[in-house]
Amino acid sequence: MTPLLAVRDLVKHYKGGGLFGRSAPVVRAVDGVSFEVARGETLALVGESGCGKSSVGRTILRLQEPTSGQALYEGVDVFSLDRTALRQLRRRMQIIFQDPYSSLNPRMSAGAAIAEGLEIHRLAARSEIPGRVAALLEEVGLDPTYTKRYPHEFSGGQRQRIGIARALAVQPSFIVCDEPVSALDVSVQAQVLNLLSDLQRQRGLSYLFIAHDLAVVRQIAHRIAVMYLGRIVEEGPTDQILSFPRHPYTVALLSAVPEPDPSASRNRIVLSGDLPSPSNPPPGCPFHSRCFHPQKNARCSTEVPTLRPVAGTVAACHYAESTPTVAELSIAGVR
Amino acid sequence: MTTVLEVNNLRVSFPGPAHSRFCPVDGVSFSLQRGETLALVGESGCGKSLTSLALLQLIPAPGRIESGSGIRLGDTDVLALKGEALRRIRGRRIGMIFQDPMTSLNPVFTVEAQITEGILAHFRISKAEARDRALQLLQEVGIPDPGERLKAYPHQLSGGMRQRVMIAIALSAEPEILVADEPTTALDVTVQAQILEVLDDLRARRGMAVLLITHDLGIVAGRADRVAVMYAGQIVEEASTPRLFASPSHPYTQGLFASVPRITGPLQRLNPIRGSVPAASAWPTGCRFRPRCPKAFDRSEVEPPLLPVGPDHRMRCWLAEQTKETGHG
Repeated sequence: MTPLLAVRDLVKHYKGGGLFGRSAPVVRAVDGVSFEVARGETLALVGESGCGKSSVGRTILRLQEPTSGQALYEGVDVFSLDRTALRQLRRRMQIIFQDPYSSLNPRMSAGAAIAEGLEIHRLAARSEIPGRVAALLEEVGLDPTYTKRYPHEFSGGQRQRIGIARALAVQPSFIVCDEPVSALDVSVQAQVLNLLSDLQRQRGLSYLFIAHDLAVVRQIAHRIAVMYLGRIVEEGPTDQILSFPRHPYTVALLSAVPEPDPSASRNRIVLSGDLPSPSNPPPGCPFHSRCFHPQKNARCSTEVPTLRPVAGTVAACHYAESTPTVAELSIAGVR
Repeated sequence: MTTVLEVNNLRVSFPGPAHSRFCPVDGVSFSLQRGETLALVGESGCGKSLTSLALLQLIPAPGRIESGSGIRLGDTDVLALKGEALRRIRGRRIGMIFQDPMTSLNPVFTVEAQITEGILAHFRISKAEARDRALQLLQEVGIPDPGERLKAYPHQLSGGMRQRVMIAIALSAEPEILVADEPTTALDVTVQAQILEVLDDLRARRGMAVLLITHDLGIVAGRADRVAVMYAGQIVEEASTPRLFASPSHPYTQGLFASVPRITGPLQRLNPIRGSVPAASAWPTGCRFRPRCPKAFDRSEVEPPLLPVGPDHRMRCWLAEQTKETGHG
């Protein structure tokens, strides 16, 4: 079966138009990323700030133009479409943003915000629109009488639900969820995660779920792709990635997740240093400057490792077969 | 055990419509022992940050601390202090670090200027001595190449480095208490791990008491000795960390635990608390959690006090009485 979305060698570089006309180096935000999303599937794109995960999501929807690469949606190259064709496609591909405070127009009522897509794509006769809006509000767990209310009258969680209803209005089959629960309190975050799972099941949606929190991702993703400095460094089924990660960066990320359990082992790999700048990535393996792999050697700083299958996942590490687990590291005394 | 801080019936109010006032912090009491970490846990709007600001009389106008509130710092009655006397304890007795290291540092001064400012304000020493202390502090918080970093401006540092500088500033006057308000929320997980490590080391080495304010139960589990859970301006449950995590008793605390996604253990659908946190201007009557509580019953219409559930474990819920009864029976 062909995937719903296939991304190949996606590159997005930001030109360094420096302040006051000074030239600045090119920022290699996305540097050759490939992945596929099947129908009804959630692929999570995980990484820390500046790894390029949001740029991937935005470029696929052409909210930003790519530098190079392909994104095939049902076999059609999104990057080659003209304006009219792109508008048609946007009915199928939607996005939910992180910040429910800045992603809704403060002067547009909830009802008008949800109806906008229906009107633009002429998906309903004028007389049908109020009924459709009410049904959408109900579907995302809001009172259908809230149509006349404005964003400031809603809490963060309710606003995020409106954002979801707005995306659903045009009946998409693919939604980019860009950190959709990061700005929400835990109790509300759980409500929205459950809602997204339910909607996926009922509507057969595919998600590209962009997030930094592996515990959140575990609740919703079928597969996980871990990004570091503009590249995918490991990809695989959620269980595999979480229980037997093969890339040292994935191991470090996992060990850093704080568990709400005082008896849980506190073996934490504290990575040294900061994320290198994407305008000046280190040569060789992008992670080698912070890597703790016992086999790390000169090869890592010269030869870029490619993604290759290793025990259940695909990982870009020369020595992925022997990547230690957190438990093994603590025995060896590495911290 | 020495009590270094005692907060008694703290109430912070803001003006509401028609000359009324409402209390986002409404009767909070707790104490902090020397060398101890107490975590104040809650969601946005529960009053945890205002509580920490009140400790140094930093509540922004038109908010104010209501009379009848008590804050004792050792022998000092903080709320009786004004002007110079108040300045002498700010930073010196209680140091503070905030969530966002970008906005809490001054962009136009070097790291050196910002660290030595506090040292020079509190100690009679020369600039050169202050600089040496600043250098030591940067080393202590794990900043590589501290001599160079002293000359840097905030924008030249990463988020994690800025937060380390903030910690160094908070420690510069050697306070006996460190208040850390969401110290790692703005940081990536791997950097968060580094910063928490630094805080742990410092507490152990200096014997400071730490008031850790956070929404993240995961952070609490590793490092707090005691936990106070806040909801709607009040502490609703209080216990030692192992006890709270082993038997969370208040329905709100239980709801929080059921909402947190886990990285290990069986994968289950999350069981969120219904509804959302009420606004401070409209706290519900009776038990404030009642409209969202799955266990609410007729007595919930009367506001419960903090009731004992077990040794060193209290909660603001009438169910505490039943829990105890069944415990005896």
